[in-house]
Amino acid sequence: MARRSAPVTIEQLLAAKEIVIHCGSGGVGKTTTAAAAAAEAAIHLGGKVLVLTVDPAKRLANALGLEAFGNVETQVPEAAFKAAGVAPRGQLWAAMLDTKQSWDDLIRRHAPDPATRDAILRNPLYQSLMGRFVQSHDYIAMERLYDIHSSGRYDLIVVDTPPTRNAIDFLEAPAHMADFFSSRFLRWLTVPARSRVLNFASKPFYTVADRILGSQFLEDIAEFFLLFQSMHDGFVDRARAVTHVLSDRRTTFVVVSTLESAPVREAEFFIRELDRRDLHLGAVVLNKVLPEFLRDRPSTAVANRLCHDGPKLAAALKGVGDAKQVARVLKEVGESFINFQVVAEREAEARAELAASPEVIATVPYFDADIFDLAGLIRLGDRLWR
Amino acid sequence: VTTPLLDRKLVFVTGKGGVGKTTVAAALALLASQQGRRTLVGEVDAKGNLADFYEVPPTSFQAREVAPNLFAMSMHTEESLKEYLRLQLKVPFVARMGPLARTFDFVAQAAPGVKEVLIIGKFLWEVRERHYDLVVVDGAATGHAVALLAAPQGIRDLVKVGLVREQTGWMLDILGDPAQTGAVIVASPEEMPVNETIELAGRITAETNVNLACVIVNRVLPELFGRGEEEVFDRICQPANAERLAAAAGGPTTAVLDGAHLAVTLRRTRAGHLARLRGGLVEGTELLYVPELFTRHHGVRATQLVADALSQELGY
Repeated sequence: MARRSAPVTIEQLLAAKEIVIHCGSGGVGKTTTAAAAAAEAAIHLGGKVLVLTVDPAKRLANALGLEAFGNVETQVPEAAFKAAGVAPRGQLWAAMLDTKQSWDDLIRRHAPDPATRDAILRNPLYQSLMGRFVQSHDYIAMERLYDIHSSGRYDLIVVDTPPTRNAIDFLEAPAHMADFFSSRFLRWLTVPARSRVLNFASKPFYTVADRILGSQFLEDIAEFFLLFQSMHDGFVDRARAVTHVLSDRRTTFVVVSTLESAPVREAEFFIRELDRRDLHLGAVVLNKVLPEFLRDRPSTAVANRLCHDGPKLAAALKGVGDAKQVARVLKEVGESFINFQVVAEREAEARAELAASPEVIATVPYFDADIFDLAGLIRLGDRLWR
Repeated sequence: VTTPLLDRKLVFVTGKGGVGKTTVAAALALLASQQGRRTLVGEVDAKGNLADFYEVPPTSFQAREVAPNLFAMSMHTEESLKEYLRLQLKVPFVARMGPLARTFDFVAQAAPGVKEVLIIGKFLWEVRERHYDLVVVDGAATGHAVALLAAPQGIRDLVKVGLVREQTGWMLDILGDPAQTGAVIVASPEEMPVNETIELAGRITAETNVNLACVIVNRVLPELFGRGEEEVFDRICQPANAERLAAAAGGPTTAVLDGAHLAVTLRRTRAGHLARLRGGLVEGTELLYVPELFTRHHGVRATQLVADALSQELGY
């Protein structure tokens, strides 16, 4: 069972934790929610708050002043808060995750000597592996989080997770990375580069592999992994430490979802997985939720009348405009209400399913415009906070 | 002259998570099958939910007929490897190759492109063998999609000799032929999906030899008011008029009128993103529109509604 605590507010949750990881399926507004929560924490709780984001929309990046700085942690200027009409108690910092840059930094830190370091950084397999290997994004995100947290520079770090199909992948990334470097297969693979004499066990593999992939390619791989082996211990220790931080009591997870069926299913899956891993589920945030008034029953009857009695109702609205046009507008208004009510009802059902989990459920309404500045972010954050 | 989408042999559907990528892939395949094409639809993600869109039991690597002319499967790289070794490389004793498959799985993780080539290669193989008139791939989300489509070329660049290299030749021929292969990006008219679609369209053109057939915009909201009607609506909303309306309709009007306001603003926000999408794509990129479905239905009935909308957009 996940460690559950008595329901609290998002404010209490953020005050009690040092790392808050936002997760959920793509497109639900994880990044924005994480940024809004961090802004609120900086305003109300004080201290140094960092939002570490993976892939912010351009406007959000602008709102946080990330456009020019990227991978470097940067303070959101006081002036931006002033323009939004608030005086924060603490500081808000922001950083974006640049996968390639972070990997290069990691190699520089773990390489035993400059020659190995340069050989790895120049290796075409390394470049292509870090660029394309999807899990490398997951791992580096958690690695960077660990690095920043252990530096002690921030009181609170709010993170959003990479847009993976299975939101759970990043949880497994550190362990996976450790397995990867400890693997028996890796040792097998590097055999030909170390010794031309193949042992009995690995010979059939090489015979087939050679036929399929060609020996040159196998040697390229082997060379790359021999270089990587020199960093084995550092990497494995590090991956373990990263895994440890995720399950630390100072870390909590916020599951973000809209009330559409696919994200809800994924949110439920994620809640179960957190449970299974004994990780702390802090809150469920429901984003882009349609307003409750769309489900109002007496209004349904009115909407139906607008659809069917347009001409009669238009007669009651003398002076508003051409009677036919008024009737048409009333019909459109009525139909639109019925349409959106269908969606709102669907959302209510999804919400009831999610409500089975006892954690804080915060609801954020559908905003009529996109968020493009700090004021917009704070407006969203205020809805979260209460 | 471009080949109509469903007259191609391989349609690769991609898009940001949450925009309705699987919905569109399922609907395109359903439409093609209903037009009499023997169609295979395959999901790259083994944990995907393609089966839900047809209301059938979960898909597996072995394709199964889920509706007349329509076959569904899901990708499994190890199964794909075994099939590949057995049918194409004629490597015997596949049954005893459990450890070998595991080893390859490892190589596939380590060597970029190997896993991807096993995935895209399976679908390309179905095309080459002419088992189906059309293969629709419910591809991975954005980033991984480019990796899949670029894999055969990537492998060709990395692997200088061997059977795998030889195999990439025919794959590239099919992928690079716009009469046979087309990529489809599914987008929704929201900020991030539009950004990602513009970026992905550029990457598909720059990093792969695959033709971008079209962009399908899902969940487009209908225009609520025609010319001059919005002014009429504003007048109706004036307190005195709203009260008269409430009296005539015999019930509260606030929620209904607020609902119309919400619909108008949502539509306006999305229209802005749509305009940005049109402006951000290379001129001549075809755009198809699927309306927001205000329906209670899930599953195959919803899939059919999307298929109908697409049928209209494709000019059938």
